[in-house]
Amino acid sequence: MLSKIKAAWRLLRRLSGDDAYERYLEHYAHHHNVDCLHACDRPLSKKDFFKQWQDEKWHGVKRCC
Amino acid sequence: MHTLLTKIIWILITFLGVAAVSGIALNRGEHINALWFVAAALSVYSIAYRFYASWIAAQVLTVDDTRATPAERLDNGKDFVPTNRWIVFGHHFAAIAGPGPLVGPTLAAQFGYLPGTLWILFGAVLGGCVQDMVTLFLSTRRDAKSLGQMARDELGPLGGTAALVGTFSIMIILIAVLGLVVVNAMKHSPWATATVAATIPIAMIVGFYMRYFRPGQVLEASALGVALLLLSVVAGGWIDNNPVMRVIFDHEGLTLAWCVMTYGFAAAILPVWLLLAPRDYLSTYIKVGTITLLAVAIIILQPEVKMPAMTQFIDGTGPIFGGKLFPFVFITIACGAISGFHSLIASGTTPKLLINERDIRMIGYGAMLLESFVALMAMIAATVLDPGVFFAINSPAGVVGLAEADAVAKISSWGFPVTVEQMQLLANQMGESTLFARTGGAPSLAVGMASIFGSAFGEKLLALWYHFAIMFEAIFILTTLDAGTRVGRFMLQDMLGNFWPKMGETSWTPSVVFTSALVVGGWGYFLYIGVIDPNGGVNILWPLFGIANQLLAAIALCVATGILVKSDKFKYVWVTGVPLLWLVVITSSAAWEKIASDDVRIGFFAGAEDLATKLATGSFSPEKAKIAPQLIFNLQLDAWLTLFFVTLLWLIVFDMLRVSYRYLAGKSVPPLAEVPYSSSRLIEEWVRD
Repeated sequence: MLSKIKAAWRLLRRLSGDDAYERYLEHYAHHHNVDCLHACDRPLSKKDFFKQWQDEKWHGVKRCC
Repeated sequence: MHTLLTKIIWILITFLGVAAVSGIALNRGEHINALWFVAAALSVYSIAYRFYASWIAAQVLTVDDTRATPAERLDNGKDFVPTNRWIVFGHHFAAIAGPGPLVGPTLAAQFGYLPGTLWILFGAVLGGCVQDMVTLFLSTRRDAKSLGQMARDELGPLGGTAALVGTFSIMIILIAVLGLVVVNAMKHSPWATATVAATIPIAMIVGFYMRYFRPGQVLEASALGVALLLLSVVAGGWIDNNPVMRVIFDHEGLTLAWCVMTYGFAAAILPVWLLLAPRDYLSTYIKVGTITLLAVAIIILQPEVKMPAMTQFIDGTGPIFGGKLFPFVFITIACGAISGFHSLIASGTTPKLLINERDIRMIGYGAMLLESFVALMAMIAATVLDPGVFFAINSPAGVVGLAEADAVAKISSWGFPVTVEQMQLLANQMGESTLFARTGGAPSLAVGMASIFGSAFGEKLLALWYHFAIMFEAIFILTTLDAGTRVGRFMLQDMLGNFWPKMGETSWTPSVVFTSALVVGGWGYFLYIGVIDPNGGVNILWPLFGIANQLLAAIALCVATGILVKSDKFKYVWVTGVPLLWLVVITSSAAWEKIASDDVRIGFFAGAEDLATKLATGSFSPEKAKIAPQLIFNLQLDAWLTLFFVTLLWLIVFDMLRVSYRYLAGKSVPPLAEVPYSSSRLIEEWVRD
């Protein structure tokens, strides 16, 4: 039961984009700085990431009739 | 044993479907339980999804679950992100389902419940769902390209340009008509106006919260927003009861139209985080929540549908909009049966998230089934009202008369008895001063929903439910208005950028202001005319929107049909070809009637001529004589616009036929733009996620 509630909560967070920053960090860890020794780029802060994420989301047709 | 059981279950579902569909189709003269509609829909949808959609996926499209999707190949953690299929389904559904499936069926209920219901069910499973699914598939195979790009690549520059022009025009007409729906709901209703107005600062509060106070805490901010929205519904009632406050929010339609235009302009130039994005969150939650609530209420309460199966208005004399059953029911209900606009979401946006091609059926076909179900619920909510009440709310004053006594006499003479007292009682219950002539569908839907919810959760709350339903529609109509104006602005900047590169810079303020003003001016014009038109405006604008939307669907189906031919799948070409043919038939005949009909309520030119004659002979009151020239000009403009849409439609159909013919004759055609196969490396873990 508890695990189902947890799964539903994860689904809701995912659907709403509440966990977007966590997923970004995960993606960042996987894909960036894998083979760099120094002078690595830092990931964006939560505020900056969210700013960019939201601005990009609204390019193009996103809502219908 | 297991297969036998499955077979038996499917046979039972088929029987239930046949029984339910023939039950609602053959019922005459008796009230029919709404549960039959739900049963018919669920069995038709399950059969179509299980058999037709699977067959299309396997045989026609040959989806390949070993093939890497654009989300996998181009994963950048931002817009291309492999995403769990339920999440993609949620995003896709939230994007395609707007106010269209609520308004269209409500208007089409003037023909009776049957024509609209059948078109919603069968139009969706054979047309709309197929269009969405095939477009999603084609775009997935083409690096998530947009419909316009695919049309250009696969058919040629004509197709691409047609898609672009089609998208832009549909946006303008759509926003105008939706604006009109909101204005008609708020006109002289301080409660509704105050509640709708409150959604603007609420969205801004949520925007600030998510941006500065607690960045990225989407759910927290949304919960706050939803709570404030519910409060605003209640607060609207307080304002309505306060003699000083209610005056501030009590306005004529025209004043409200100017407010909506000013708002649209502001929304297009303000940053998205402040208004558009937070409003969209709120409207999505409210939308999903209310639709679920409505479905549950219909299933639990099983209301009786009181509208007859078919009314006499199938002959074209309907009060809400003029025109015969064929082709106008198919134009009036676009969203919910087949909506071209969906092809813009199914290409470009959704494919960037798709993990595996095998989910295309669920997302493309399945989400459209759900939208069709929403349209069906709107049909139920409109037809559970007494038909007399339905017509009193929706008939414009220009048709039934301005005085309430005249209106009820006229409507009762059609065989739909209604009294002034009944309407007054209903208005009181809903907390409104009057419900007459609130054309546009939102108020009658709200009354329908309020009566359904009211009988479930207590009659005393009717007024609250009514205004909740109005707020529910208004909030996502305004989201479509914001988002549409913004997209229109970007498209215009893009187009102008070809001639003057500086104009193409999306953040250059003069360009932003200029193009936003042009877009708002475009839909604002139609909204203005719609408001001053004594026949309600919806009569003109909604068919125009339907034609434009079906035009876009025809473009998507042309692209799909052309690609099927070029992929040597000629024997399956009917899968998209038949819906395309049907669209061409209904769009062309509707356009023909709107242009050439002698009936002044149908033909644009006939209407213009009639007004011109009346104006010349001086049979208008001074008030009406003042607006007549504008109405005449507008009718002529609408006629030319219709002609333009239908010409565009035929051009693209001929272009598709030309490409197909050349291919079949072995001549050179633009090559298939499909991205070559590469094997997926994502394994099951993603799917379970």
